[in-house]
Amino acid sequence: MSDVKLRRLDEYRWEVPREGSMRVPGMIYASAKLMKAMGQDESPRQVANVAHLPGIVKHSLAMPDMHWGYGFPIGGVAAFELDGGVISPGGVGYDINCGCRLMATNLNHEEIRPQMEKIVTALFQHVPSGVGSKGALRLSRSEEKQVLAEGARWAVKNGYGSAGDLDSMEDGGCLPGADPDAVSERALERGKDQVGTLGSGNHFLEVEIVEEIFDRDAASALGIETGQVVVMIHSGSRGLGHQVCDDYLARLVKYVDRMGIVLPDRQLACAYIRSPEGQQYLSAMACAANYAWANRQMLMHRAGEALERALGLSPRDLGMRLIYDVSHNIAKIEEHVVDGKKMTLCVHRKGATRAFPPGHPALPEKYRKTGQPVLIPGDMGAGSYVLVGTERAMEQTFGSTCHGAGRVLSRAAAIKASKGRAIRREMEDRGVLVMAAAKGTLAEEIPEAYKDIDEVIRVVHGAGISRKVARLKAIGCIKG
Amino acid sequence: MKPYQTFDHTADLGLLVTGETEGDLYANAAFAVFDTITDLGRVEALEVRRIHAEGDSPEDLLVNFLREILYLYNGERWLLKEIRVIQVKDNALEAEACGEPLDGRKHEVCKEIKAVTYHQARVGQTADGWEARVIFDV
Repeated sequence: MSDVKLRRLDEYRWEVPREGSMRVPGMIYASAKLMKAMGQDESPRQVANVAHLPGIVKHSLAMPDMHWGYGFPIGGVAAFELDGGVISPGGVGYDINCGCRLMATNLNHEEIRPQMEKIVTALFQHVPSGVGSKGALRLSRSEEKQVLAEGARWAVKNGYGSAGDLDSMEDGGCLPGADPDAVSERALERGKDQVGTLGSGNHFLEVEIVEEIFDRDAASALGIETGQVVVMIHSGSRGLGHQVCDDYLARLVKYVDRMGIVLPDRQLACAYIRSPEGQQYLSAMACAANYAWANRQMLMHRAGEALERALGLSPRDLGMRLIYDVSHNIAKIEEHVVDGKKMTLCVHRKGATRAFPPGHPALPEKYRKTGQPVLIPGDMGAGSYVLVGTERAMEQTFGSTCHGAGRVLSRAAAIKASKGRAIRREMEDRGVLVMAAAKGTLAEEIPEAYKDIDEVIRVVHGAGISRKVARLKAIGCIKG
Repeated sequence: MKPYQTFDHTADLGLLVTGETEGDLYANAAFAVFDTITDLGRVEALEVRRIHAEGDSPEDLLVNFLREILYLYNGERWLLKEIRVIQVKDNALEAEACGEPLDGRKHEVCKEIKAVTYHQARVGQTADGWEARVIFDV
């Protein structure tokens, strides 16, 4: 139970008043219903803890899917000045550039309904998933370093997808400043055979249908319509990203002691952005982010191949195309206006998604008018949402919104709740065909382990920090 | 009785480990990690690995030690069956782990533990010996 005081500001916002050595107040986006669940764990305390970090600007923010993390809450957003501000590996997370991508196809639900068994089996066999999954590729050290430096561009150069895809990713699928020499031998070792693999836990590949459209113009700009089949992928930088985070945490707990930075939780270890340590972490983080983009690009390609085979279609008939790819565990250097003043900030999004508004220069031409597409997966049964970014997000949340439904049950509690139940069968009854590499995964990932995605979306839409475009319904799901 | 219990953390895995001595505590923490990752009944003690870790406090040592332990699986695809702590002194630890390389035909990986965190990590003495608490990213 959190011991933090909360002050309700309006229907969707709660302030964590500044006290003790907090440098700024906290601000949590939630409805009364969601807040009830958040108040049960320690995540509000973690919002207050983040507010202690040097150079934090305006608010320590949390999105409505927030839950207890370590160090930062999951669903946390915090921005720091470049001078005197910090970068924190824990504020990015272990799975650096974990994110989602959504692809459109030329298929519609009626066409593929009788073939779902075949489709899900083909995806399961063709897309490597599960604990310790290895890809078809084993990279030499020099190839791996190219992946780290070039990201999705490397994947495109090597025959996975097309150059046009790069336009539909944040930063064109490659963060600048990636220096492979900032990445340890251990991280390289963990990454050598995992590019192009989904991984385990909450990572997934889903076949979904567009169930409902809320904004016709935006949906048409994104190229989606009711009944259409789309594919969503959720994965990240695999073992490589974890090792990068871990290596720098070990280094930075010593650094904060040396610099006399006092933190309420060691997991918040950080470095001044302008320091050599801070710059080195940013270079290593960029490498892991690039690995994740290459990974999702390869996964998309494999998914396309699997669908073509299962349905006997040519790539042209399948028509798989990338709608967008978002990062929800990352730190980026961005321009924002704070109290009327233009500032360059380092924005941490730990389980939060960038949601840039219409007209933002970082958006590709095709989305300039609609705003940035935002992809929010729900639990296995509920489906997902497509949103777009807004000006309000720019004003209030450093251009950020939620990233998912957010867990409400621990994995152990979920396993207990699923004892004696046939989860796969239950999902089938809800119209989702599921295949998982490990037995335990389905039990951990049961729908009731997550918050109500509709309620989370109601909050971000109602608060105006993103806008609903479409709701998707899963019909097939591959889990690790 | 198992020398450890799991506790609830919304996204991740928490372990509460006990040991009669400080050395037992660290050994039991390593055992708990591999008991979670795999079915230890199928792992044989065929090879020996030396483990060295240090820290600036017992908690820091615990996290650094578990980093090394986790890397056996995450980096080297090696499964630990048993571990003997040879010495713990001044927040430095020497241990000998026995186990074997992961073999997909013989072993089952039940759960991946991807990293150990500092969040609320604790090591302390109790009336009956030693106790530690640590949260992992899974």
